[in-house]
Amino acid sequence: MGNACAVIGVGQTAYKTKRLDVSVAGLLREAARRALDDAGLSWKDIDAVVIGKAPDLFEGVMTPEAYLADALGAAGKPIMRVHTAGSVGGSTAVVAASLIQSGVHRRVLTVAWEKQSESNATWALTVNTPYSTSLVVGAGGYFAPHIRAYMRRSGAPPHIGTLVAVKDRRNALKNPYAHLKIPGITREMVESTPMLWEPIRYLETCPSSDGACAMVLASEDAARQAPNPPAWVHGTAMRSEPIFFAGRDTVDPQGGRDCAADVYRQAGISDPRREIDVAEVYVPFSWYEPMWLENLGFCGEGEGWKLTESGATALDGDIPWNASGGVLSSNPIGASGMIRFAEAALQVRGLAGEHQVDGARRALGHAYGGGAQFFAMWIVGSEKP
Amino acid sequence: MPSDDPNHILEFPGGYTRSVGPVIGRFLSELRDGRLVGVRTRDGRVLVPPTEYDPDTGEDVTDEFVPVGPVGTVTTWSWVARPRKNHPLDRPFAWALVRMDGADTALLHALDLGVFDEGAGPPKFLRTGMRVRPRWRVERSGAIGDIECFQPEVTMITAPTRLEYRLRSGRALDRFLEGVSQGKIIGHRCDVCGQVIVPMKGLCPKDGVPTTQEVELPDTGTVTTFAVNNLPDPRAPEVPFVSAYILLDGAGLTMLALVAGIPADQVRMGMRVKAKWRPREEWGKTMANIRWFEPLDEPDVPFDAIKDYL
Repeated sequence: MGNACAVIGVGQTAYKTKRLDVSVAGLLREAARRALDDAGLSWKDIDAVVIGKAPDLFEGVMTPEAYLADALGAAGKPIMRVHTAGSVGGSTAVVAASLIQSGVHRRVLTVAWEKQSESNATWALTVNTPYSTSLVVGAGGYFAPHIRAYMRRSGAPPHIGTLVAVKDRRNALKNPYAHLKIPGITREMVESTPMLWEPIRYLETCPSSDGACAMVLASEDAARQAPNPPAWVHGTAMRSEPIFFAGRDTVDPQGGRDCAADVYRQAGISDPRREIDVAEVYVPFSWYEPMWLENLGFCGEGEGWKLTESGATALDGDIPWNASGGVLSSNPIGASGMIRFAEAALQVRGLAGEHQVDGARRALGHAYGGGAQFFAMWIVGSEKP
Repeated sequence: MPSDDPNHILEFPGGYTRSVGPVIGRFLSELRDGRLVGVRTRDGRVLVPPTEYDPDTGEDVTDEFVPVGPVGTVTTWSWVARPRKNHPLDRPFAWALVRMDGADTALLHALDLGVFDEGAGPPKFLRTGMRVRPRWRVERSGAIGDIECFQPEVTMITAPTRLEYRLRSGRALDRFLEGVSQGKIIGHRCDVCGQVIVPMKGLCPKDGVPTTQEVELPDTGTVTTFAVNNLPDPRAPEVPFVSAYILLDGAGLTMLALVAGIPADQVRMGMRVKAKWRPREEWGKTMANIRWFEPLDEPDVPFDAIKDYL
């Protein structure tokens, strides 16, 4: 794993439907400046910048790293862009961490964002080349059949998705940055919303958000000088797999299983449910909670929905998932993965505020993207590994 | 509605002349130069448009002229849904009181908010507090009309994006589409895993080896899983429509296609289907030759037989 790496600064913008008051650069600077403030640093203290965003067609901004270099204080410094579809926020953080772990840099700023109000994800995901036969209508249209397959395969009762939709939105009420705030949300309310892509209901779907998330990652000596407690990186992993191949398990992708096994091995975790205190997992459609509970080894195959139903993943359960409200409550796509990683870091730093899980010492940050084919994960802890 | 056409016109030949005096004269001269100025009162306020006197106290104003703007704030407005012919704009607009930055009073002018149909209601973004700037005429004469109207500040630009490609399908896909143009569905069998990949790509993504062995598949198969889409899509005939993964008989993986010819709520996992081809004279080298898949009158396939293709 190389040298020690720690998160010493986290900055987020409030996630909103529209941030028409700022440009893309202004949005990123807002998050980046907050991360620098948290780390007690200024732009000049940063050695390198790593950014990530959703595919170019979403916002129509090509080579954003060139356009944003000056805005992120990267003049005369290395800047690079990471590109792994919806998992990009996570893999951007993993790449940034590797620049510290390799000993190349001491302080790296990493930023991910999306301005969905000026983007068109559904168009970008649906647009065809002349030879393709895609019939997918946005992300929901892609994931709905796989959710149906999970329901059938696991025998999960139909209300499990609504439980997650309610739980994550209740958590969001405790997160000042969260976008969707639905006080008094109930199962009945979720169940009364229309099916968009059956079996996915409107309120079982993530919102479209504008927002950015930033972190400052630091080497051990730089972390020791930081004013606030660091979150130490205990392991990072990425995996990917093709979207179509014979024998692919789309419900429980091998890439996700392999990625989890790798990051657990680095962190010395053999029983994630017991050894991880809180998890921020990419759940853009409510049913992905039980699906990822299984894929990430928090329970056996076909058991994920039982864990959700038992309340284990609630804020007061034994393994809270998405205490921040998760992707179901805030979804600036390119940033959503990094928000998971950053919220995991905030938890083990004890800085998560009202949605802090008491005594959280080890946390999982998770992101996935494409056709559930790109995975990025990290484990962060309050103690240096 | 009575006709707007007058039946009598009274017009003073050439228009009356008006001496404007030193204060308003200065204001209009500055306007002609493309600048907005106000005059300072004895108690320090700035009047725009200026007058020779402080309207509150009746005292003379000072001889100090103050540049104001270039931005102003709308303090109140009235929407004109149906402009009259002597109005400054021929499309719906607002009359607005605009207080220029640096001024203490507001001036009345037209506010252009873009293109609206006759009779349209005011746009949501028109509100008190809105920041606006003058649109100056190129030819100015020293009159309030030197400002054609006010307009909102620039808050958004559009960036046209268009890329032109010369795409080719590639050897494997070209061969597949050639088959489809003759009503045949061709796949490749992988020499390593033995699975049939359709549409073929000339490689097995799992084993990472080239594939060349052609296999013709029937146009029948089984629905493994599906979504009922309640959002419209130009490629689908109606809402709701069903997009389904279909395992063609003999194929090693599923392909995504429309399912029709059955109410959406009756589509099932394991349902047997057959391709519905367009009329032969419409066929080209495109998957669009297959309009969708329709149910076959056959018993459903048990879940066990499809569970490994999900």
